[in-house]
Amino acid sequence: MRMPIFRGMKHWGKIIPAVLLSSLLFAACGGNSPTILNPTGPVAVHEANFFWFILSVATVVFVIVEGLLIWSIIRYRQRPNSPAPRQIHGNNTVEFIWTVVPSLFLFAVLGGTIYTMFNLSNIPSTNASIPEIRVAAVGHQWWWEFDYPNQHVVTADTLYLPRGAVVTMDLLSRNVIHSFWVPSITGKTDVIPGHDNMKVFRADVPGEYRGMCAEFCGAQHAHMNFNVVVLDTNAFNAWLSNEQQKAQTPTDLLALQGQKIFTGTGGCTGCHGIVGVNLTSFDAAKTNSGLSADALVGPNLTHFAERQLISGGVLIASDGHNWANDPACQLVNGQLVNKDSCGLYQWLHAPQAVKPGNDMVIGNLSDSQIYALIAYLQSLK
Amino acid sequence: MATRTIVEVPGVERRRRLDETYIGEWLMTTDHKKIGVMYMLTGFAFFLVGGLEALLIRTQLAVPNGHVLSPQVYDQIFTMHGVTMIFLFVMPTLTGFGNYIVPLMIGARDMAFPRLNAFGYWLVLFGGVFLNSSFLFAAAPNNGWFNYAPLTELNTACGNAVMCSPGINEDFWLLGILLLGISSIAGSLNFVVMILRMRAPGMTINRMPLFTWMTLVTAFLLLFALPSLTAASVMMLLDRHLGTHFYTFASGGDPLLWQHLFWSFGHPEVYILILPVFGMISEILPVFARKPIFGYTFIAWSGVAIGFLSFTVWAHHMFAVGLPLIAQAFFAASTTLIAIPTAVKIFNWIATIWFGKVSLKVPMLFALGFIAMFLIGGLDGAALALVPFDYQVTDTYFVVSHLHYVLFGGSVFGIFAGFYYWFPKISGKLMNERLGQVQFWLTLIGVNMTFFSMHILGLLGMPRRIYTYPDNLGWNEMNLLQTAGAFILGIAIMVFFWNLIISLRSGEPAGDDPWDAFTLEWDTTSPPAHYNFLKIPTVRSRRPFYDKKNPDIADWKTATH
Repeated sequence: MRMPIFRGMKHWGKIIPAVLLSSLLFAACGGNSPTILNPTGPVAVHEANFFWFILSVATVVFVIVEGLLIWSIIRYRQRPNSPAPRQIHGNNTVEFIWTVVPSLFLFAVLGGTIYTMFNLSNIPSTNASIPEIRVAAVGHQWWWEFDYPNQHVVTADTLYLPRGAVVTMDLLSRNVIHSFWVPSITGKTDVIPGHDNMKVFRADVPGEYRGMCAEFCGAQHAHMNFNVVVLDTNAFNAWLSNEQQKAQTPTDLLALQGQKIFTGTGGCTGCHGIVGVNLTSFDAAKTNSGLSADALVGPNLTHFAERQLISGGVLIASDGHNWANDPACQLVNGQLVNKDSCGLYQWLHAPQAVKPGNDMVIGNLSDSQIYALIAYLQSLK
Repeated sequence: MATRTIVEVPGVERRRRLDETYIGEWLMTTDHKKIGVMYMLTGFAFFLVGGLEALLIRTQLAVPNGHVLSPQVYDQIFTMHGVTMIFLFVMPTLTGFGNYIVPLMIGARDMAFPRLNAFGYWLVLFGGVFLNSSFLFAAAPNNGWFNYAPLTELNTACGNAVMCSPGINEDFWLLGILLLGISSIAGSLNFVVMILRMRAPGMTINRMPLFTWMTLVTAFLLLFALPSLTAASVMMLLDRHLGTHFYTFASGGDPLLWQHLFWSFGHPEVYILILPVFGMISEILPVFARKPIFGYTFIAWSGVAIGFLSFTVWAHHMFAVGLPLIAQAFFAASTTLIAIPTAVKIFNWIATIWFGKVSLKVPMLFALGFIAMFLIGGLDGAALALVPFDYQVTDTYFVVSHLHYVLFGGSVFGIFAGFYYWFPKISGKLMNERLGQVQFWLTLIGVNMTFFSMHILGLLGMPRRIYTYPDNLGWNEMNLLQTAGAFILGIAIMVFFWNLIISLRSGEPAGDDPWDAFTLEWDTTSPPAHYNFLKIPTVRSRRPFYDKKNPDIADWKTATH
């Protein structure tokens, strides 16, 4: 009698390790991934530790149970002339054992889980000069606004944090539900209208990290990302003092023309604020709710040129740094050399083609008007 | 004395009534077997639709910055994939098995309310067609199967200057779900009354086959879980069309109310999709191991325990919403508790084949594959109960992996096991064994290729429900692997349908009892006559047909239950 399972057994033996191994190899390749396995803050470290713990436990259980299963299939396979097996209906002793032993283990793990949960936010500061900082992350459809109420700074798409400070993140939404997530630094907390959640964490290693919206929030949920830039104290303070300045009136003629378009024919001020142009301060646009977005729908552009992303990361400065010096958007004699490679041009020319469904509307501008706007936006350092 | 003879008048023939024609017989039937077959065929048809949607999703995600689907279409496709697989494939198919098999198993002549049973089926068909007709209007539901408020509200209710759901997409979902809910309530009532009132003489609760047990538990789960979904959906309809504000914060409502109501249906629903399969596995393993089920009482009552506990775990879908820590601790504890009866079942299944005489026919292959795959889904499910870890991986591909191991590795493997097992009873023919083996191995490879790597993708930070992703995040290779795996699964399903067609046309005759089985459904003809049994059998143990075939060593002589 043919036993197809023996051919199958060989498959099992090859396929499962092959799948496991290849997956791990791929995982190793993902050097640039926003992985949770390379944590750079105490919250993410705790969360990742649980992963390594459950991975080892699950591997042991997996090997034992699948091993028993496969072994019993082979050992008790039907052979020619094998007798009818003994009709065993059960055994209360083994039932008791395999109920109680996993229960005890699971409840020990549960104890650890609950203990860690309650202590996840109890983290000390390791930054003497900026021990703590409060930031509000406001979820829009589909971009993030970051509001530093005590420092009087409002920005978008990039969250700057001082290394080692305890960050208290207020999570606010006035539209739909979003979820704030920076895999390397902290797990998710949802951003829910009416439930002003809070997340406490600390970032320990200077660098750039990817943040994302993790709750489905509509058609452009995929493009609701942000950058987290963790800086040393001095660099953070330098960023902060620049960020607190109002926008300087450009000296360049083209940029000046761009500013006129911003306040005039472009219709930009209907949604966007620039401190020193149509806003007197970063707090000026805020309503009683404390959110500037209640008055102005679009992001505050005061220091736009320092940013790397547009609108939740749908476009990224081609030098990977900022729009001010983006080589693809260099204006030569008031012209873009190759306008289609400049993300800023694409955005100002046809925002709905770049990110269908987003809130950005812009008047029908000629190319030369757009170049002027680009020059102006690039001057907002 | 004159004799009279009745003379047939030639040429006068009574016209056949509608229910005597082939089509009419199916349209008007109240026979639980015909209705069961229709449920299954409907389920399989929607399985093809949902599978096609899955392949579209995987094609879009095969490479970064994909342009196969626009974001608007992608959202409709991933939503309808989930809705179709859950509400239109797994639930109707399992109801079909329950319809066909349970009355035979317990020695009943039909369901308790045959007409209500037919009504339930037609509602599923029309509900499913209604939901899918939304594609004709380019307005399929597009907010995920979970439909979180306030994204599902109309624009005016949703806040300022935002995109909510002005279209009729959401209304299709709400009305379709209400229709399907009515059907499920009708079906569940029928199962409960039949199982509690119409068992053959001697079949005590303690002697019911385990598939019957699990169908009973599932029916109760539906009866108690669906009202929550119905209420939630009706309130959403009121919000959208009559100006109420149940879920809008700005007017004093609460978006989290939706989540609580939805998941207090949604988590029992997960067990509604898997408990009947637990029952099927508990029927198939003993027959192909030539032993009784190990620990009948523990398997039955762990199913009941899972049923009760499934109502206490809903907020483990909501660990990231910022519930008070003490509430999160409660739901972590209840989730830990529900893992225990599940583990007990797996141990009992392995003990059933232990010391047995294991014959690896295709139903058994799928049943064993079910244990192997469901175990993975159970282990990564237990990982998700570790709340701090859950903060990281909830709403990522890690969860997508988990739910597909449970639903594909679990429910779908179980459905195939059951189908190969009971197909001879339904059709009188055997499925092709060789094609079945091909399908099994392709499915096993496809499932692991597609879904195992999703664990790692989640750990690498890929969130769910994004229609595309950039190329520099290390997600490319695994997405491509998953797409390849999905197409292998597609081929496996094609093999299954090919097998189904050729077996129906020219399958080997099966006889009444091809597997030398233990339960009553095999103690009648294949396919059974309209009245099921010539004489209702009398039951003296948990394996009545085994007793009948082995009078000397009958269970009732050797075991007391």
